[in-house]
Amino acid sequence: MKHYEVEILDAKTREKLCFLDKVEPHATIAEIKNLFTKTHPQWYPARQSLRLDPKGKSLKDEDILQKLPVGTTATLYFRDLGAQISWVTVFLTEYAGPLFIYLLFYFRVPFIYGHKYDFTSSRHTVVHLACICHSFHYVKRLLETLFVHRFSHGTMPLRNIFKNCTYYWGFAAWMAYYINHPLYTPPTYGAQQVKLALAIFVICQLGNFSIHMALRDLRPAGSKTRKIPYPTKNPITWLFLLVSCPNYTYEVGSWIGFAIMTQCLPVALFSLVGFTQMTIWAKGKHRSYLKEFRDYPPLRMPIIPFLL
Amino acid sequence: MGRLTEVAALGSGARAARWAGSPPTLLLLSPTSPGCAATMASSDEDGTNGGASEAGEDREAPGKRRRLGLLATAWLTFYNIAMTAGYARREAPSGPPRAAVRGGSGLRGRGPGWLVLAIAMVRFYMEKGTHRGLYKSVQKTLKFFQTFALLEIVHCLIGIVPTSVLVTGVQVSSRIFMVWLITHSIKPIQNEESVVLFLVAWTVTEITRYSFYTFSLLDHLPYFIKWARYNFFIILYPVGVAGELLTIYAALPYVKKTGMFSIRLPNKYNVSFDYYYFLLITMASYIPLFPQLYFHMLRQRRKVLHGEVIVEKDD
Repeated sequence: MKHYEVEILDAKTREKLCFLDKVEPHATIAEIKNLFTKTHPQWYPARQSLRLDPKGKSLKDEDILQKLPVGTTATLYFRDLGAQISWVTVFLTEYAGPLFIYLLFYFRVPFIYGHKYDFTSSRHTVVHLACICHSFHYVKRLLETLFVHRFSHGTMPLRNIFKNCTYYWGFAAWMAYYINHPLYTPPTYGAQQVKLALAIFVICQLGNFSIHMALRDLRPAGSKTRKIPYPTKNPITWLFLLVSCPNYTYEVGSWIGFAIMTQCLPVALFSLVGFTQMTIWAKGKHRSYLKEFRDYPPLRMPIIPFLL
Repeated sequence: MGRLTEVAALGSGARAARWAGSPPTLLLLSPTSPGCAATMASSDEDGTNGGASEAGEDREAPGKRRRLGLLATAWLTFYNIAMTAGYARREAPSGPPRAAVRGGSGLRGRGPGWLVLAIAMVRFYMEKGTHRGLYKSVQKTLKFFQTFALLEIVHCLIGIVPTSVLVTGVQVSSRIFMVWLITHSIKPIQNEESVVLFLVAWTVTEITRYSFYTFSLLDHLPYFIKWARYNFFIILYPVGVAGELLTIYAALPYVKKTGMFSIRLPNKYNVSFDYYYFLLITMASYIPLFPQLYFHMLRQRRKVLHGEVIVEKDD
């Protein structure tokens, strides 16, 4: 069996970092990364980006050496992705924050509102309802992170945890401050508005969850395969007929519902920012699907049926 | 922010101003719904995703620019002639010569505008011997030309200028903020010396900057203009920032007293806004932002004037 030699160069300085000889032709990039870590222990596999061209795309862990367009001496370029943190850790942290923070405001912990309001309770039903909804939303997210989602990547750059937590925790505090404020004004149209908004919220939460389950079932455990999602018998998944990322659609819907329920401008702003970000992701995802699958359903839009 | 708009201007060097080294993702989040099976673009993740949305925004722009080149030049030339904000793209063929002759200074578009402002300021001081009333006499011109700079954001958006929309947006917004939300709205501080300080800094910067663009477009850039553009900022930028900060600081007592631009609870939309604290936060934000911009410009200066090759830092 012909063995390969692999040399790893720094993508920026072209400095020779590592030379591996007697590499099996069917070795995967993951295995090569492990070998590289042996000589450079500070660069654990998750932070390595190996590529065929210094400015090219990263090779995937599953790629096999002999299937790559290289000679028997392969040159790979290395780029340090920086300190990495697992997706699960990031998600748990960024979701646990809002859950906890909102409750601080709900229970009117001292030093937030005037002292005479410490540990008092709002007299508006909608405020209690909002707390239940908000808490439910983040508990759901935490449970999904632990039990439902199948991540394509194990890690992300470390600095993302700071960015993401600032976003989630910051907005949670900002919203919670007003909703639980002693001077909170309940919705203009009263119980009608609250009931309608609650219905929207619940349906969209269910929707979002169903889509997550459907997506999970598309991918067997431990694999990284990608398939086109299709609607199932569950009517909620029929949104797949019209959009590529119905989970985002339902998520936006949930927050719109919450905004209507609380009639709180910061909530509306949070929904808007979230919507903008999710639209960017949905468009990217949509483009990926189109590139990868020739037979992708043409009727589908990224996030809003027919529109966006 | 003391945006002497240098950073936005650097785009004219066909160097998309990599603002603080961050990739051009608009928002800051990493995706939080990986359940969406395949590869999601994680911001900053350096293209490690198979087929994911490395948008290719950068890739789209060049094609667009080349198509619009001719139209862009025509528009910008007309724009300049109409004496409004003039930023012209380097690659475009040279515009009509008369635009260059206009104003007698070789400056196009905004050149005359800010030059008018500079002359008005000098004349006022020479006649009156004081800075009191200076703002009042130049405010219309200032507001007109500074507000028109909003068009530069559009230029970036439609791709005829290779600078990032975000950078230009921040720059122009900070100027608009100073002009309309501080000096225009808070009358008692209009005669502060600090106002003159930033007005002078802005004026000199803009004249330099727009001359630079003009001559670059005409493919005839005198070295001293390039020199000015990449050296003046060293003094002007801190001076401008000082002027702005001092002005905002002077405005604080009036803002607190009048409660202007503020919303109090209770209200129908359950939101509040305190302009006083907003200004404090704005002032504080100069601390991280000013050094970043300043050092970015210093790096650009080294690159352009001294041909240094700067290895881009990893994100």
